[in-house]
Order: sequence, then C-alpha cells, then structure tokens
Amino acid sequence: MISFEIPETIKKTVTMVEAVATEMMRPQARYYDEHEHEIPWDYINFMHQALQSAGGDVTMAPEGTKDDGKPSIGYQSMAHYVEMLSWGDAGLYLCTPRGGLGAAAVSAAGTPEQKAKFLKRFKGDKPVLSAMAITEPHAGSDTAAIKTTAVRDGDEWVLNGEKIFVTGGHKSLVDTPGFVIVWATIDPEAGRKGIRSFVVEAGTPGCTVTKLEKKLGIRSSDTASIVLQDCRVPFENMLGTVDQEKKTTEGYKGVLRTFEVTRPLVGASALGIARAALEFLKEKLADEGVEIRYGLPPSRMTNLEAEVIDLEAMLRSAWLLTLRAVWMVDNKVPINAEASMSKIKAGDAVVKITQKAVELLGPMGYSREHLLEKWFRDAKINDLYEGTGQINRLIVARRILGYSRHELS
Amino acid sequence: MFGFEPTEEQKMLVEAVRRYAENDLRAAAHEADESGELPSDLIEKGWELGVLQASVPEAYGGFGERSAVTGALAAEELAWGDLSGALAVMAPGAYALSVLLTGSEDQKSELIPPVIEADWKPYVTAFVEPDYDFHAGEMRTTAVASNGDYLITGRKARVPFGNRAEALLTFASLDGSIEAFAVPTDAEGVQVGEREKLLGIQALPTFPVTFDKVRVPASARLEGMDPSQVLASFNVAVGALAIGQSRAAYEYALDYAKDREAFGTPIAQKQAIAFMLAEMATEIDGARLMVWESAWKIDQGKEAFKSAYLALSNAAETVMMVTDRAVQILGGHGYIREHPVERWMRNARGLSTFAGLAMV
Repeated sequence: MISFEIPETIKKTVTMVEAVATEMMRPQARYYDEHEHEIPWDYINFMHQALQSAGGDVTMAPEGTKDDGKPSIGYQSMAHYVEMLSWGDAGLYLCTPRGGLGAAAVSAAGTPEQKAKFLKRFKGDKPVLSAMAITEPHAGSDTAAIKTTAVRDGDEWVLNGEKIFVTGGHKSLVDTPGFVIVWATIDPEAGRKGIRSFVVEAGTPGCTVTKLEKKLGIRSSDTASIVLQDCRVPFENMLGTVDQEKKTTEGYKGVLRTFEVTRPLVGASALGIARAALEFLKEKLADEGVEIRYGLPPSRMTNLEAEVIDLEAMLRSAWLLTLRAVWMVDNKVPINAEASMSKIKAGDAVVKITQKAVELLGPMGYSREHLLEKWFRDAKINDLYEGTGQINRLIVARRILGYSRHELS
Repeated sequence: MFGFEPTEEQKMLVEAVRRYAENDLRAAAHEADESGELPSDLIEKGWELGVLQASVPEAYGGFGERSAVTGALAAEELAWGDLSGALAVMAPGAYALSVLLTGSEDQKSELIPPVIEADWKPYVTAFVEPDYDFHAGEMRTTAVASNGDYLITGRKARVPFGNRAEALLTFASLDGSIEAFAVPTDAEGVQVGEREKLLGIQALPTFPVTFDKVRVPASARLEGMDPSQVLASFNVAVGALAIGQSRAAYEYALDYAKDREAFGTPIAQKQAIAFMLAEMATEIDGARLMVWESAWKIDQGKEAFKSAYLALSNAAETVMMVTDRAVQILGGHGYIREHPVERWMRNARGLSTFAGLAMV
C-alpha cells in the first residue's frame, strides 16, 4: 500500500528529539564550531542518559523483523531521528553515542553472535561511539585499492596499515570504549575479493589515533587518522560468517551492503541541515513581511518566491527518496539503486539549499552572527562522505544500465 | 505506517493500463501526432479499461470509489504510452470527477451517469485561459448573477474536443472566487473557434471557446466548490502524467545509449551519458514520490493544495529536464521525428500548463 502516514512511535521520537535539538544542540552549536576538537561531553552524556531511559524505542542500530512478524520500522525511525538531530546540529549529531556507522555496519553485515557481542556495549552505563575506517591516504572512492592488510595468525588477524578521515575515530577509540570497523585486504593480489571488515575495539594494542583534521564544517565531530601496527584482533572479529575467509567477492559485497543502510541515513542527516537552513530563510523573510505565495504561475512570482519554492520541492523530493530507501531496508525489499539515489539527491539538495539560503539573505546570511553560514559549511560533507555524489552516480548508472564495474568505470 | 508499494489490486490495474499504453497508445502515437488525429477506437479502448468508472461510486453509475493514488498510477502509465492519447482518455474524468468532488447530490446524480455509463463521449472542462499569466486563482472568465441565473463571459483555451463536446464544465470567477458551471455546448453565446495549433500534444484536438454573456440557470453551478481540493486534484493528475512522459523518455534514451556505439563502445559506458541517465532516474523517482504523497493526502482528506502545487512544479521541471536530455543523448537523431523523443520534449513543455485537463 502506498501511504505517507507517519507511525505514532516515530512521531513521539521526533517530538522528543526536537526538544533536544532545540534546547541542547542549537545553543551549543556555535561554541563547538569555534572550539574544534573540544569534546561536547554535556551533549554526549545527556544523549546517553536519554537513550538509556528511552530503552529500545530509540536505537542507533535497529534490528530486523520483530518477534510478532511485523516488519520493523527501525530504520525509518532512525532516519527521522537522524534528520532531527542534524537539524539541531550536524556536528554534534555525529558525536551521538549508541553506535553510529560502526554499529550500523555490525548490524548490516554481522552474524547474530557478532551483533550480540559488539552491540551490547551501547546499552551500558557509559556512552560509547563507533566508527568506520575505510579511506586511506591514497584511496578514497576507489575502496578496492586499499592497502591495509589483515593476515591470519592462528586465532587472530594481524592488521597493518593507515586509515584517514575516520569520522568519530577518536571518540570511538580513545574517549569511549567503542570500536572502529576497519576495512582491510586478506590478499592484496585478490583485489576486491580480498576485502573484509574487522572490528577493532578501543584499547587494542597496535591501534593508534595519530591525527585530528581541521575542517570546513562539522567541527564538533572529530575526523581522525588511525595507524594499525601489528594490531591483533580475534578471528571472530571479521564481520560476517567464517565462510568469508574464502576469497570471493561475497565479503566485499557484504561490506558494500552496509552502504545501502548508511547512505540513506547520511541523506537524512543532510536533509536535517537543509531543513534548518530553509526554515531559517523563510523565518527571516517572514520577519521582514515577505510572503511566499504558492500556486502562482511563473510569470506572477517574484524571483525570490520561485527560488524558495524550488528549494522546498527539492527538499521534499530528497526526503521522500530517503524515506523510501530506509523503508526498503526495513521491509527487506532488495535495494537496487535506491540508496545511492537518496544520497545523490540529499547531497545535492543540502548543498544547493544552504548555498541559496546564504545567497538570498545577502550580508545577513554571510554573517557568523547566525548559524546559517555554519550550515553552509556543514552541508558540503554530505556530498563527500559515504560516497561522493559522483561515486553514487556511478553506482546508480551501473544499476540502471545493468553494467558491471568493468563496463562502466 | 509508510508504504511505497501499490496494492495487488492497483498493480493489476496498472498492468492492464500498461498493456494498452504499450500496444495501443504507443503504437499509434507517431502517426497520430503527424496526422493530428487520434483514432476514435483507440480512445474507446482506453476508456473501456474503466479507470474512471472504477473511481465513481455505484450511486452515480460507476463501480468503485475514487482514489487519487490509483488514478495517479494509471495516469503515469497512460502518459508513458502517449500524452495526447492519455489526455483524450482522461478528458471526461476531469469533468466527472470535478462534479463528484464539488457537486450537490442532485448534481452528481444528474451529471455523472451520462458521462460514465456509455461509450467515451467528450464531456470536457473549459479551464485554461489563453493569457501568458493565466492563474487558476484569478480567472478572467467571470460569472455574474442575473435574475436568478448566471451570465458567463470570457475566453477559454485548450478545450479538448471543443468542436464536438457534449458539455463544457466551465470554470469562472464569481465575485473573485473560482466556481464551475455545467454549460451546454449549444447555449447561446458559446462560440468555438478554430482548432488550436500547439507546440506539442498535436494529436489531441483542442479549441478556444469564447463565452459571451452565456446564460445558465443557478442549478448549473456546482454547489460545493472547494478550490484548493479541486486544484490539488488537477495538479496531481498532471504531475502523474509528467512522470509517465518522463519515464518514457528516460527508458528510450537508456536503451538507445546501450545500443549506440561511439569510439568503440556503447555511449552508455561513458560517464557523460551514464551520469545524465542516473540523474534522470533519480529525479523521476523523487518527483513520482511527491505526486504519490499528494495523491495520498487527497485520499486521506488532508489539505493537499501546497503539496500538490510543489509536486506539479517539480514534476514539470523534471519532465522538461528528462526529455531534453533524452534528445541530447540521441544527439542529432533525437532531433529527427523518426524517434519519439523530440515529440516528448514538445509535449513536456506543456505539462506545467495542463492543469484542468485531467483529474484523478
């Protein structure tokens, strides 16, 4: 059935999170933007407490089908939650305990045992974060070109290599007892067939955070470099079944499946920023008595009206694409191009909306007196991480054309 | 709960409409556009699919219940086949559904059954006006009360089958608000002009109609006009048509790009082409979801005016972008009338102005 009815439980989540976003995140947003690398403990501890008391209603790592056989709405709920937190502040959102991308990877690609083992920590007394470590200094979008190695030694894997651009890496490995999902190759000769992902827990000897980046935006979130030097993890820390030790592309496909879940969620985060910017724009216009009239033909609209209406349509289209993608994940409808589509559109929308909002508000928009200029800076990351707009176009193109990576690269 | 999957019943209907769109509408489209004529048996066959009849309750001669979502799904398929044909098949729907939405009980019982109980007949709407700044909210065609009747005066355009219409549901401004009047075509003062020559939808015969103090009884005015609901329903229908037209062009361009070789490989293997296709697919999906959302709001009795306006704005922009790119992907061949993409590009430009010609 085609329906756009927001489930009651999601409505409640949204209302609750909106209060946090308004009262907790917005007031702190500027401070942490201007004090890069300070850790927003107030927010992290508050969110941990809040999530603890909310129990299973709000989770950063939704499980699959519920006991009653009804399809889960976990990822749909999460998309709303992520959108609202990012509306509050995208950088702080990335500091939210209870998982993040690492937990999402475990949830999407892990065995039941791995889920039980690694996800448990997010419900303990102390806040915990997790992260994904894929990018290396010489390999970004070309994830199959990574050089970090995993060599089996008895009951352990020995990891060696350097990872960069690990979002929340410091908080996951140093500030909290979390973990990082490290992508590595078990056979450098095997290309994509050799790639697997490994859970590296905080405190594992041989795993060191070596650098924190200074960035355009999302400054309250740390972006870390990690060096793995003879870093040993248990054999069962390789995500997925043991069969994956065999050199097939199944393992690589497994890790790529993570993206089908995380890309729409990054889209949701992007659209929280986009909505914040668009609302700010409309509020400021309304304060000045500028009305946006809907329903007019182009010849009767002011340019300002046409621009705002265009941005509104863009935001809605992107949000519905995002919602459809997470709905598919929840309902176990096989994802073809839909996750990447949502990411393309959300990335485009947030960049365009924030850039336009600053432009249309002129000197006021450019001022650091308001958060709008910050959202402009925060926005751009969404067109870059979890696959650039171009990589996602490539993926969509391959899927719709039925091409392999050899046929279209 | 959210849901993005049509029901089994809707899927069956869509499948039936798709077969007609492919085997009949699409097959006839080129010839129809060149000759400027839609074969009457083609329209009749589309009419017999019963999409409209299934949207009208038994009390008024139909066999179902109106669903804007179902209507939007069907409209997309029809437009995928041919936009002119789709608008012809759907023309009586704009008339009958407007009455269903806004007529009194008596008006519904009187006006709807003749439309849907027989073969396809041109019961049509006179909605659009010929001015560059035409705005449904401020029509220049006016109705004035006169001795218990109304006098309608003004100019209408894009009246499908205006030369042989059974009746004209004429939209006019009454004291500044939009109202609809069932006007017999032979009423004194109704003058149908020469067939319009348009950029696109050339198979659909449309006419300008002038109204010169056309006197209709008070009972001709639909009693429960709710402009925002009616406009939303027009916008959603045209939005769905835009999606169908977009999808047709996208699919054609995609197939062509896989087939056509340049520099030793299919052009689809070049990112310049592949990325265009990826963006076309993404925009079409997003635009379709907006149309669905607005249709769903209408079915739920929720306010849908703004959302349907945004949905049509977005769909109209999408269809222009997609059809333009389809021509671009075919290159010079896209400019030649042997391929349908140039026709689709011409059709596309009109969609932002077609509200009033179809309803779901």
